[in-house]
Amino acid sequence: MPDNIIEIRDLHKHFGDVRALNGISLTVERGSVVVVIGPSGSGKSTLLRCINHLETPTSGEVWIDGKRLTTNAKQLNAVRAEIGMVFQLFNLFPHLTVMENVTLAQRVVRKRPQEEAQEIAMQQLEHVGIPEKANAYPEQLSGGQQQRVAIARALAMNPKIMLFDEPTSALDPEMIREVLDVMLTLAKEGMTMVVVSHEMGFTRAAADSVILMDEGLIVEDTTPEELFTAPKHERTKLFLSQILHHTD
Amino acid sequence: MADHPSLSPTEESLPIELRKDPMAKRLSRFPWWFLTMILIALWTAYIIYSRENYSKAFERIIRGLGTTIITALVAYGVALVFGLLAGLGRISRNVVLNNLATLYVELIRGIPMLVLIFFIALVGVPTVVDAVNGLGGWLNDLGLTAVGGILSRVNNQAVSMSVRAVIALAVTYGAFLAEIFRAGIQSIGRGQTEAARSLGMSTGQAMRYVILPQAVRNVLPALGNDFVAMVKDSSLVSVLAVRDITQVARLYAGSTFRFREAYVTLSVLYLTMTVALSLLIQLVERRLRRHAR
Repeated sequence: MPDNIIEIRDLHKHFGDVRALNGISLTVERGSVVVVIGPSGSGKSTLLRCINHLETPTSGEVWIDGKRLTTNAKQLNAVRAEIGMVFQLFNLFPHLTVMENVTLAQRVVRKRPQEEAQEIAMQQLEHVGIPEKANAYPEQLSGGQQQRVAIARALAMNPKIMLFDEPTSALDPEMIREVLDVMLTLAKEGMTMVVVSHEMGFTRAAADSVILMDEGLIVEDTTPEELFTAPKHERTKLFLSQILHHTD
Repeated sequence: MADHPSLSPTEESLPIELRKDPMAKRLSRFPWWFLTMILIALWTAYIIYSRENYSKAFERIIRGLGTTIITALVAYGVALVFGLLAGLGRISRNVVLNNLATLYVELIRGIPMLVLIFFIALVGVPTVVDAVNGLGGWLNDLGLTAVGGILSRVNNQAVSMSVRAVIALAVTYGAFLAEIFRAGIQSIGRGQTEAARSLGMSTGQAMRYVILPQAVRNVLPALGNDFVAMVKDSSLVSVLAVRDITQVARLYAGSTFRFREAYVTLSVLYLTMTVALSLLIQLVERRLRRHAR
């Protein structure tokens, strides 16, 4: 029996008249890496944000590690602490140092004592390769460094799942690599990851499955090999021709 | 500049006002208004020192300075609390809290401050005292005489005019500060809240540790301006016969008919305080901008 850490059943999300998600069902196995691709406006980010209920779904079910998410605030806070999220625009806390960014939630959510939190923060900063920036402020870092701090901040909570919402889209080309390297390491260490990204190099190297979304629906759910060699749907072929043109 | 002939235009091509020599340019940028203010202050200081009528007025009026400063400080401190609570209420998704806060802000903004001070001091406070007495009587009837006794014995005289003045100023300024806090909180991007919530923080924790520290830093200049305004508006408490510098000056002028001496001295006292405060605030802001990110 597969060990599904995320289970999504018939998920709908409407913003007024706009139907961002039109009935998504998806399972993610523990330890697997799922990459979500699709044209802009296809609902990729909304799907990701529904997994930790940053957006409340209009209807449908999200099950995390055997528990169904409700709108109960206590339950949501507890579940969110188990799901790390990395944003396109990093969203570091600009008034706090790197160290404080990485320790804040550990202290106020996990209730870890200051010293333990700092120790864990240091380990995670070493994990992402920038321990020397612990006392810097976010604005003193490059985009790539900021994104790596954001990853360390999420990892310091010891999450079971990591969500990445276009983590490299806002980065200068020369900084994309350092972030993808960190993500690759994570994938090899067995972290469950759901990644919205068009980085095909990463997809080829790390993804267990690839999902193509269009107009709020899953068009194709496949493996990287099949995606690149034998895409089933016309929509997939068209989309691939558009993005591969730019990335490879 | 001399290395880039194309970037340094000839004298003729410059507009007339920039053709002036650098000395003239510097003179035109010099803050003459500030020099004038300092001269006025020095001149008044000299007059107060040298003329007996002015020295007497000054000696009398300065006795109210403590009351003015304490009234402004305490009222502003309380107003900060009211303002923060009401500001949070204004952005709350809780319908009751949101409407209560909006009602408070709109009520206060629609009434002149002078009228509000009369109203709160002479109608609001007695009404609350009556309510407290009523509550005390009710507790007495229930047998809770320990608490009830204290509450039923509170009377209007127990709340001095100075306290009522502070309450009135605090309630009024709380409504202004509420809008400042609301704007400050709303100036922080949604991404910050989302990042905090995605880490498992509650709404309150995200507000306290992530949003408010950034919001307060953004609105510090506005908060500073309102403190200066509070110092000036504290003069309104004179209508409640609270002996701040304005009231003392009025009394002095009324009894001696030396209006000129009284009000020149009074104006210069306010001016000294507000200009000094503005400079202090600028200094603090500059320092914050250098240290904070």
